Amino acid sequence: MHVPDGFLDAPTSLATGVVAAAGVAVALRGARRELDDRTAPMAGLVATFVFAAQMINFPVGPTSGHLLGGALAAVLAGPWSAVLCLSVVLLVQALLMADGGVTALGTNVTLIALVTVTVGWATFVVLRRVLPSRPASVPVAAAVAAFISVPSSALVFAALFAVGGLAPVDLSVVITAMVGWHTLIGLGEAAITGLVVASVMSTRPDLVYGARPLIALRTLEIRAAGMTR
Amino acid sequence: MGAGHGHRLHFHGHSPIHRAAPHLKLLALLGLMLVVVATPGAWWPAFVVEVLVLVAVIGVSRVPVGYLAPRMVIELPFAAFALLLPFVADGPRIAVLGVEVSEPGLHAGLTLLAKGSIGVLASLTLAATTEPQDVLRGLDRLGMPDLIVSIMGFMIRYVDVVTGELSRMLVAMRSRGCDPRSPRHWPALARAMGALFIRSYERGERVHLAMLSRGYDGSLPR
Repeated sequence: MHVPDGFLDAPTSLATGVVAAAGVAVALRGARRELDDRTAPMAGLVATFVFAAQMINFPVGPTSGHLLGGALAAVLAGPWSAVLCLSVVLLVQALLMADGGVTALGTNVTLIALVTVTVGWATFVVLRRVLPSRPASVPVAAAVAAFISVPSSALVFAALFAVGGLAPVDLSVVITAMVGWHTLIGLGEAAITGLVVASVMSTRPDLVYGARPLIALRTLEIRAAGMTR
Repeated sequence: MGAGHGHRLHFHGHSPIHRAAPHLKLLALLGLMLVVVATPGAWWPAFVVEVLVLVAVIGVSRVPVGYLAPRMVIELPFAAFALLLPFVADGPRIAVLGVEVSEPGLHAGLTLLAKGSIGVLASLTLAATTEPQDVLRGLDRLGMPDLIVSIMGFMIRYVDVVTGELSRMLVAMRSRGCDPRSPRHWPALARAMGALFIRSYERGERVHLAMLSRGYDGSLPR
């Protein structure tokens, strides 16, 4: 669920707006370096995919949660493109679908694009180094990254709420509720992210950005006739 | 799919609000919402004035209330939170209709509900009166980086194609006795999502090649 207008006070909303703008500016430079003139169409289509993936609902207790997709987009398309894709999805949702307030756009970009992608990608890179250098490690690392990225985002939200929240709720209650709830959502996010990355790895491993260093290590294997049986 | 041009929230019309310059509409929305967000919780007359401004704009735009009202359900999860606040917040307790609630929590909940509802209604009004292409032009005029505007343009152009593809995949799964919501069938759902990613990525490559063959040099013509 996106943060609506009026949830955080005006100074906090403006401050997160500045953070979001800076983060997106850095991602713009990174994505240009990575994709050159392909950036616009490729990131546009990946953003559309992320939007579609966020429509997947899964049951969490009595209600339902949906995929955030930060870690998934980072592993599949690279962290810079992922930040751009998620930010554009949030922009379209705020301006064309009335989902998430316009003054809370900076907050939503910070929480859903910057935090999930940064935490998800950092976790993924660390795990990729620790786990055995095999393609089978990629979905596992992606799943753990997705699991950690969701409660982290909730934790940052709780911190923002402590600074600029407009309701007198005890901070420990906010942290317990937000992080506890999002740990459950994180489990669903982890399972779906891991399975989706595994399915792309099994058919088109060359498209998985996070697997490129591992794919580069592969050597051509030539099997002589008759030895395969 | 097959809904013609425009997007789900657009309401076709020729009112002054529909014809207003998109960058001015975006600035007006942002300005109004900044004022609403900065309004202290106790200033109820200010909220009434803000609502009246918004209602006047909707009146001029001739978008029927019956069109906007059902679309406000998007704020339901948030409204549930705002209604929960009086019960979880601290502070002195007061009795409302025989139920003990926190007084500051009650005020905060009502304020949140007021601000959030004004925000949703204002955003809906923008979306109902502005074509997506005009929103893009407005953002461009306001100095949004070119790359963000183009990515957004591609997303708007292909969103119905990709979500249509997803919904056909889900129909196919359901017709084979598979429930995409149930964790038991997540492996099948994930394979469909993986296929959707590959198709989207390859569509992006084809779009890029088609653009190159029409003389694309890295920036879109204005």
